[in-house]
Amino acid sequence: MAKYRARRRVDAAAKILCVAATIFGLGWLTLILAALVWNGFGGLSLAVFTQMTPPPGSNGGLLNAIVGSLIITALGLAIGAPIGILAGTYMAEYGRYSRLTFFVRFINDILLSAPSVVVGLFVYQIMVTRMGHFSAVAGGVALAIIVIPVVVRTTEDMLLLVPGSLREAAAALGMPRAAVIRHVAYRAARAGLLTGILLAIARISGETAPLLFTALNNQFFSANLDAPMSSLPAVIFQFALSPYKDWQHLAWTGALLITFAVLAMSIAARVLAARAVNK
Amino acid sequence: MADISIPIAQARLSNEVVSRARALRGLIFRDRIFRIVTRAAAALVLALLGGVILSLAWGSAPTIRTFGLSFLITEVWNPVTDEYGAFAPICGTLITAFLAMIIAVPIGIGIAIFLTELCPQPLRRPIGIAIELLAGIPSIIYGIWGLFVFAPFLQAYVQPALINASQPIPILSTLFAGPPYGIGMLTAGIILAIMVLPFITSISRDVFETVPSVLKESAYGIGCTTWEVVRSVVLPYTRVGVIGGGMLGLGRALGETMATTFVIGNAHKISASILAPGTTISATIANEFTEAVGDLYTSALITLGLILFVITFFVLVAARLLLMRLDRKAG
Repeated sequence: MAKYRARRRVDAAAKILCVAATIFGLGWLTLILAALVWNGFGGLSLAVFTQMTPPPGSNGGLLNAIVGSLIITALGLAIGAPIGILAGTYMAEYGRYSRLTFFVRFINDILLSAPSVVVGLFVYQIMVTRMGHFSAVAGGVALAIIVIPVVVRTTEDMLLLVPGSLREAAAALGMPRAAVIRHVAYRAARAGLLTGILLAIARISGETAPLLFTALNNQFFSANLDAPMSSLPAVIFQFALSPYKDWQHLAWTGALLITFAVLAMSIAARVLAARAVNK
Repeated sequence: MADISIPIAQARLSNEVVSRARALRGLIFRDRIFRIVTRAAAALVLALLGGVILSLAWGSAPTIRTFGLSFLITEVWNPVTDEYGAFAPICGTLITAFLAMIIAVPIGIGIAIFLTELCPQPLRRPIGIAIELLAGIPSIIYGIWGLFVFAPFLQAYVQPALINASQPIPILSTLFAGPPYGIGMLTAGIILAIMVLPFITSISRDVFETVPSVLKESAYGIGCTTWEVVRSVVLPYTRVGVIGGGMLGLGRALGETMATTFVIGNAHKISASILAPGTTISATIANEFTEAVGDLYTSALITLGLILFVITFFVLVAARLLLMRLDRKAG
């Protein structure tokens, strides 16, 4: 009986530890979000969206950084998403059992977790040194390299969920393979493909390291793709590490904006994915 | 009249045949192009990996020519005299990642056990999603939070207590020596742990769910407690997958950049104390790359990048191979 009680005690202790671990994990999420709102919410005003990043000591906003982020993200997506979708299409449709697919899947999973700072170095080597200067295009290419593995992975997974009987029915009507893929498989997996793109946006909109050596930063508004461009993460990095209080406040406000945008997108992606899989 | 209409009908027919054949050829052609384009895109993913390694190796050539293998074990990092060694950042990377794993692996597994065995069904999804949201928060946010909120907290409350408590104990007193800076190896390790926690949790949870319920039920049936079922059935059954998940988290922790850059202190030295500031490979690159003047300085930083990429590559390959082994068992 004493032994039984000891076992029960060990069991209870283990359960309590597991609950504590969960509270610990959830606690960080709450703490970080609370700190963001606490420090960043006060700085939210119209000026944030209408004025340029200021020199230290004067008022300003984050307009050039927000616009820059949007442009570079769009660029990264425009380059990366089509490549990712095409590659995922090959893996799920044409070469489902081929050796190439096996290797690509393996390498893609590694690229998915590869350090993003290395991607920045790579693009610096192949673009910035060639062109002789930092540019928004280089930043876009760096982000595209991060987009590709995310989109490849979801595209392949979602196309594999499309039932083979749909493809067979279309092929039986005499549709060529390419048409089956575009008109049947893509359409059936549309929500899934969109999920992948949303996940990719969420992933890159907070990326900082690859932008530091490619798009650099810009104190002023610029829509020139061939010149350095400002972005929210780069501005946060610069402002947070500066000794000026007003810059630090702006950094917190920017951090709040990015985090809630990213979290909203990942939740949206999750909802969309759940719907795609249930259908 | 009939004599004439037949050839016309025949001509029409053959026209149709020709245009049909042409349309078919067009379709075949387009199909082939689409196939080639998708195949090229897939091959590009492979080329990307090769390109990264080649370009980094190319950029590292000056460093390797100048310092040779001694680059790996030299602690000096002096841009003024153009002398560089990677030992301090490599050690920093390994130590912070190790600290992160010590904290994140048990907690991640604990959360996964909670989610699969203890949690009431309706709460499972929301709690799971909340933990996974930790992975969605961008790295730079962890950095700014760590620098302004977490590090001052550690400096004011936790580190002085650690220093005092470990004073009389021989090994611990060197490990937790020195003034409480707030920023440093330990802070970076804790923040990395929070960042990799969701990866370890979600993979552990996924592999725990592959345990056949018959196995668990028979263990419960002979009177095992929940903990005994977890320890003697669930964990042995999923060991490979849990290790794979841990390795995946390790890969992330090794390469994490912005968060560590904010809280590591960026000091190119190796200290026995984990409270002291240090540096990691990624933090060194992020802090110094845009300010690096001179070819050798830039090249040394690129070599650091190459080292980091090679280390994470092998860790991630190991993780994937372990997880694949599990897939084969499950499938």
